[in-house]
Amino acid sequence: MTESTAARKPRRSAGSKAAGTTGGKAGTTGAKRTTRKTSTTAAKGSETELVQLLTPEGERIEPAADSAYAEYARYVADITPDELRGLYRDMVLTRRFDAEATALQRQGELGLWASLLGQEAAQIGSGRATREDDYVFPTYREHGVAWCRGVDPTNLLGMFRGVNNGGWDPNGNNFHLYTIVIGSQALHATGYAMGVAKDGADSGVIAYFGDGASSQGDVSEAFNFAAVYNAPVVFFCQNNQWAISESNEKQTRVPLYQRAQGFGFPGVRVDGNDVLASLAVTRWALDRARRGEGPALIEAYTYRMGAHTTSDDPSRYRHDDERAAWEAKDPILRLRRFLESAHHADEGFFAELEAESEALGKRVREVVRAMPDPDRFAIFENVYADGHALVDEERAQFAAYQASFAEVEGV
Amino acid sequence: MAAEKMALAKAINESLRRALESDPKVLIMGEDVGKLGGVFRVTDGLHKDFGEDRVIDTPLAESGIVGTAIGLALRGYRPVVEIQFDGFVFPAYDQIVTQLAKMHARSLGKVKLPVVIRIPYGGGIGAVEHHSESPEALFAHVAGLKVVSPSNAADAYWMMQQAIQSDDPVIYFEPKRRYWDKAEVDTEAIPGPLHGARVVREGTDLTLAAYGPMVKLCQEVADAAAEEGRSLEVVDLRSLSPVDFDTIQTSVEKTRRLVVVHEAPVFLGSGAEIAARITERCFYHLEAPVLRVGGYHAPYPPARLEEEYLPDLDRVLDAVDRSLAY
Repeated sequence: MTESTAARKPRRSAGSKAAGTTGGKAGTTGAKRTTRKTSTTAAKGSETELVQLLTPEGERIEPAADSAYAEYARYVADITPDELRGLYRDMVLTRRFDAEATALQRQGELGLWASLLGQEAAQIGSGRATREDDYVFPTYREHGVAWCRGVDPTNLLGMFRGVNNGGWDPNGNNFHLYTIVIGSQALHATGYAMGVAKDGADSGVIAYFGDGASSQGDVSEAFNFAAVYNAPVVFFCQNNQWAISESNEKQTRVPLYQRAQGFGFPGVRVDGNDVLASLAVTRWALDRARRGEGPALIEAYTYRMGAHTTSDDPSRYRHDDERAAWEAKDPILRLRRFLESAHHADEGFFAELEAESEALGKRVREVVRAMPDPDRFAIFENVYADGHALVDEERAQFAAYQASFAEVEGV
Repeated sequence: MAAEKMALAKAINESLRRALESDPKVLIMGEDVGKLGGVFRVTDGLHKDFGEDRVIDTPLAESGIVGTAIGLALRGYRPVVEIQFDGFVFPAYDQIVTQLAKMHARSLGKVKLPVVIRIPYGGGIGAVEHHSESPEALFAHVAGLKVVSPSNAADAYWMMQQAIQSDDPVIYFEPKRRYWDKAEVDTEAIPGPLHGARVVREGTDLTLAAYGPMVKLCQEVADAAAEEGRSLEVVDLRSLSPVDFDTIQTSVEKTRRLVVVHEAPVFLGSGAEIAARITERCFYHLEAPVLRVGGYHAPYPPARLEEEYLPDLDRVLDAVDRSLAY
């Protein structure tokens, strides 16, 4: 068995190199070893650079004019205290909404909840970088982005309660329905962006996905289509370190942002717990997409503080000390520290926001508890736009079956 | 141009041309559909006349083709995508089943995806593996999709017009072995409904139901049976989702016997559903169980064996004999 495995390996590596390299078997083997060594080094982080504009301690970083970050930093150079308070408010309210949804699941009001806890900065920063005419393609965890797009948070809960599969009009806020099949939406975003380009419009499109989705073929195909057609789409990968129970090491040998290079567009790793940096880098990427400069990949380096969903049990696969280390980098805490040290916000602001948070939680609670079950005939609604004879037939059979109970009850 | 004799492939080509001319939102997408005109030349000349912005050569990635077509449809376009061969559709199967088929329902009717997926299908052309399959049942099984297959050039022309105009995703199976069969196509005719079956030959003793490439075979079977004094009715189903059961029922109530013919494997194929439903609808009219003729529960065989695998005149006649023997 060992022998056959050994015999297979060189053949496989020779095959994978055949298209790109010339030379004999020995040369190919050598090339492979070099590649592996480089990628291993990169995976350890020595070659990775993290765009950060706000430290975990709440200190604003002003990159030097000649630094690599300056290009991004200028997108938030003139940000006002009012806007900074706005970002803080967005993150606090999103976290409060998220906590309420988790609680509602525990109370049995929701069947499931996918918490965004810890990812508020990546989502609010990128979400606030979008323009009204931009279009967003989310996964199922983009509650903060939905908030930025003006989607009523209670609309997000219908699918988790089981009353619908997405209760909002995607074109109402240019925020597509949540996509549960991992990575599918990256292609939808790319196609939509191809259409934007065909229309001659200067809108941008942004596709959200996670580190797990980076392993999906659809995401690689989306990268390639976007590059080939120079589509105005930004790929925003929230690398929250965990795809349910699988860590980054099980998904990739190279830092995810570096994948962009192979497809022919820029990739940037940003501190996903830094709302300022997330805002700046996303503004940069959307800006160049709108200018016709094609796609970009943003890897927002962050951490899923909670479970994958309320059905998950992270204690089976990760240690509490890891979470504790990330807690020190909390996205909300660092902006609060900055707002306080810069005297951009006073006690009154924080108190008011606290009250607003509680009011939001109360409203979400009330709306969810009052959310009615759908009419049973909804099963047959909207299966087709132009109707379908079989659906009509089965709806009639179902109606007759239901009516038979009424007759029995009537007797 | 009004009525003109043309091959089935040319009829689809003319239909695509008309759609591109009449609706600026219509796009053609696929592998080699541009300068080459597709491996079967179905899109021949369209790239030259409408440009690469409308007739799009895509990267070689079926999931990418369908996934981006969904995105383009969300933007208001009406993409007509080509999957080069039946056996190559499966990388796109996820996008078709989990995304394309469900979007209208999950958006509560707010999002429509008018995407047409053209798939040359079926065997009988001596091709290599994965180039001769009939996977239509795998799509007809999925709610949210419509599935059609023309059997002749005139239907090919009009059903493509109707598929493109449909606000639902339509999987359009093209009988590749009939691409070069010519028929009169009246481009000013008023077509019947896209999902209606049609009695293409009237008879009294038994009904043959078929679609796509098997309709011609069933007409030949009816000719052969006629020489033996048997009158067979042939129904061209044209649509597999929905199936026009009313037309089959009317025919079977007259003939009292039904044989369903398709190239796809018999087991859990379209014929199984038709047999079950016609048995329910026509139980007291039937003189024999509904019989099916089709492929076997085996991978599509190498080309040298495909004549043994595919329904042919004798195999259908054998089923006719068995039905009439009850």
